Amino acid sequence: MRIALFVTCLADTLFPAAAKATVELLERLGHEVVFPPGQTCCGQMHVNTGYQSQALPLVRRHVRNFAPYDVIVAPSGSCVGSVRHQHAMVARNAGDERLAVRAEEVGRRTYELSELLVDVLGIEDVGASYPHRVTYHPTCHSLRMLRVGDKPLRLLRNVRGIDLVDLPAGEQCCGFGGTFALKNADTSTAMLADKMGHILETKAEICTAGDSSCLMHIGGGLSRLDAGIQTVHLAEILASTEAATDMPGRASEGSA
Amino acid sequence: MTFLGMPATAPRGVGNLRGEEPFPAAAHKALANAQLRRNLSHATTTIRGKSGAVISELPDWQELRDAGSALKAATMARLPELLEQLEAKVTAAGGVVHWAADANEANRIVTGLVRATGHERVTKVKSMATQEIGLNEALQAAGIKAVETDLAELIVQLGHDKPSHILVPAIHRNRSEIRDIFLREMPGVDPALTDEPTELAAAARRYLRETFLSTKVAVSGANFAVAETGTLAVLESEGNGRMCLTLPDTLITVMGIEKLVPTWRDLEVFLQLLPRASTGERMNPYTSMWTGVTPGDGPQNFHLVLLDNGRTAVLADEAGRQALHCIRCSACLNVCPVYERTGGHAYGSVYPGPIGAVLSPQLTGVADNASLPYASSLCGACLDACPVKIDIPSLLVHLRNEVPHPRSERVAMAAAAYTMDHPALYTRAQHAAKLSKHAKRLPPPLNGWTASRDLPEPPAETFRDWWAKR
Ligand code: SF4
Repeated sequence: MRIALFVTCLADTLFPAAAKATVELLERLGHEVVFPPGQTCCGQMHVNTGYQSQALPLVRRHVRNFAPYDVIVAPSGSCVGSVRHQHAMVARNAGDERLAVRAEEVGRRTYELSELLVDVLGIEDVGASYPHRVTYHPTCHSLRMLRVGDKPLRLLRNVRGIDLVDLPAGEQCCGFGGTFALKNADTSTAMLADKMGHILETKAEICTAGDSSCLMHIGGGLSRLDAGIQTVHLAEILASTEAATDMPGRASEGSA
Repeated sequence: MTFLGMPATAPRGVGNLRGEEPFPAAAHKALANAQLRRNLSHATTTIRGKSGAVISELPDWQELRDAGSALKAATMARLPELLEQLEAKVTAAGGVVHWAADANEANRIVTGLVRATGHERVTKVKSMATQEIGLNEALQAAGIKAVETDLAELIVQLGHDKPSHILVPAIHRNRSEIRDIFLREMPGVDPALTDEPTELAAAARRYLRETFLSTKVAVSGANFAVAETGTLAVLESEGNGRMCLTLPDTLITVMGIEKLVPTWRDLEVFLQLLPRASTGERMNPYTSMWTGVTPGDGPQNFHLVLLDNGRTAVLADEAGRQALHCIRCSACLNVCPVYERTGGHAYGSVYPGPIGAVLSPQLTGVADNASLPYASSLCGACLDACPVKIDIPSLLVHLRNEVPHPRSERVAMAAAAYTMDHPALYTRAQHAAKLSKHAKRLPPPLNGWTASRDLPEPPAETFRDWWAKR
C-alpha cells in the first residue's frame, strides 16, 4: 500500500527517530511510504491557543499537500486528532465550506499509527523484538479524541521479549496540553509529578506512548529527576527487530 | 425593558463569578496547600469510584446521556416560549413569578419579598444560583440573616469562606478545621465538641433543627422546573432541603432560566442521570417537588424568581450555548486532573472545574475571565463524564478564540504561523533550533517549561534532512 507520512512538525524537528521508525516499520511490512515535502504543521497549537484565523493557512496547506493520498499516517494521536476534529471547524468558522469538506475527506483518510496497523492493515503482530520492561501511557487525544482503545497495547503485547507492565492511573492526563504546559506551568508540573510517580512505581525501564509531545514532557521531567527511565515512541518499539535490540529506541538521535 | 431583548452579561460588582486574580496565580497558591491536595485527591477518587460503579449498572447509560443532551438542546431552542408556559402554570397554581435580568435585580426582588414578610432570618437550601448573584451578601446588607442548611454549605458560611466544589463545597476543609469553625461560630455549641464526624453532624443537626422550627421564610434554588405543569424540583441528600421547602410560610425560589424541562416525562431521564453522575447514588435520598401553593400544606406563599444574569447572552452564541445544558452534577470536576490539583477557589467563580472554565467566562464576557478557558489541558475527561454530553473541550477551544490575547503572544503566534506556511523559512527555523543545544533553562515566557522539565536534545538532523538524503 502507498502511505503518505504526515510527520508532524514536532517529530520532524525534535524527534525524527519516531518518524524514521514509522517509515522503517511500514517499509518492513512491505508498504511504500511517501513524504509530501510541502507539509509543515497542522496548526493545532494555533487553534488550541485561540488563533484560529492564523491556523487557517496551515489548514489549507495541510489539506493541499495531503488531498492526493488515499492513506495518511502520523506518529501522533494529537496531530491526527487536530486534522480529524479541528480542521473542518477552522475552515467553517472562516466561512470556507469548500475547504471544510476537503478537510473532512483528508481527516477521514488520516490515521494514527496504531489505527493504521490494526484497522487498515489488519496486523497486530508486526514482528518486532524489544527485550525491555515497558509501560504504556495512553495519551489523552489518542484515548479520548481518536478512541484508539487498546490497539497500541495489542501491538505491544505481540512484541518479542517485551515485559509490558500496566501503568497505574494510566488514563489520567500527564499535564502536557500544549501551551497549557507554559501558561499553567505549575498545574502542569503537579500533574506530571503524579504521572512520574506512577511510572516509577512500575519499575519500567521505558515509558512509551503514541505522542512525542507528551513524551517530551514526561521525558523532560524524568530527566530532571535523573530517574533512569527513558521515553521511547511506540513506533520505535514496533520498528525494533532482533537485529538491533541492544538500544532502547535511538537515544543518540534524540529519542522522544 | 424586555426580558429577552438585548443580551447583557452578568454585571460587575455583584455576585461571585469573577476571581481576584488570574487562574495561574491562584492555582500556584492552591498547589502549595498540601492538606487541600490530599483532601481533593481523596474526595475526587472516592466519588469517581462510586459514580463509575453505579453507572456501569445501567446498560442504557449512553442512550440516557443522548436523551439528556437532546432534551436540553430542544429546550434551549424554544426557551422563551417554555418560560412563558412555566410562568402561566406557576401563576395558575397560586405562585408569583418574577423576572430578574441580572444579579442586582434578583437580589432586589428577593430582599423586597423577605422584607415584606417582616422577618429578618431566612433558611437556605444549597443553591448555585443564589451564590452566583451573591444573595446572602445582599440580604445581610439589608439586615436579613441567611442560614445555609446544607452541612457543607453551613461549614463554608460559618467559616466566612467560599465554596470550592459544586456538590461538596467544603471539600477543602478537614474535620479539625470544621470543629474549630463550629466552636467559634455556632450559637449554643457544646464546648467539649470533638472532631468525630458523627459529633460534628449532631452539632449541626441540633443547631439547624432549632433554626428550621423558628424560621418562617426560606430561599431555595431548583434543579428542574417543568414547563408543562409548573412543577419545581430540588434533589438533595440530607433532608435539609425538604425541611426548608415544607416548614416555612413563605418560599422564594431563585432559578436560572436554563433549568427548564418541557414535560413531566422528561424528568425520567434527568432523575436517572443526575444522582449517578453526581453523588454516585442510584437515587438521591430526597426529591422534593412542588407546584405553586397547596392550601393547608406547605408554604402558603410561593415566589419564583427567574434569573437571566448573562444566560441570554450565552444562548445567543450557537457554539457556546451548550454550557447551559449543565445540570450541575459536578462529574466534570471530579474527573478533571486540573481541578483535582488546584481545587475550586483557583477558578475565582462559584462555578469551578471544567464547566466553570466555560460557563463563567460566558456569563461575564470572556474579557473578565480571560484566564479560565486556558485552565485545562484539553484532556477530554470532562466530556466523557458529563451526563448531558457537553463538549467542554471544544467549548474551551471556542472561547480561547474569543479571548483578548496579550500583544507579545499575538506577535509570536503570527510569526510562527507565517514561518509554518513557508517551508523554506520553516526549514531554516528547524536548523536554528539546533543552536539552542544543551540549553537547560529557557528565558521567559518559556521558563515555565524548564522550571521542572529538561529540554530534549536537538537531533543531529531533522527528519526531512534524513529523508532528502535517502
Ligand atoms: S458540565 Fe456536565 S459534568 Fe459538568 S457539572 Fe454540568 S452536567 Fe455535570
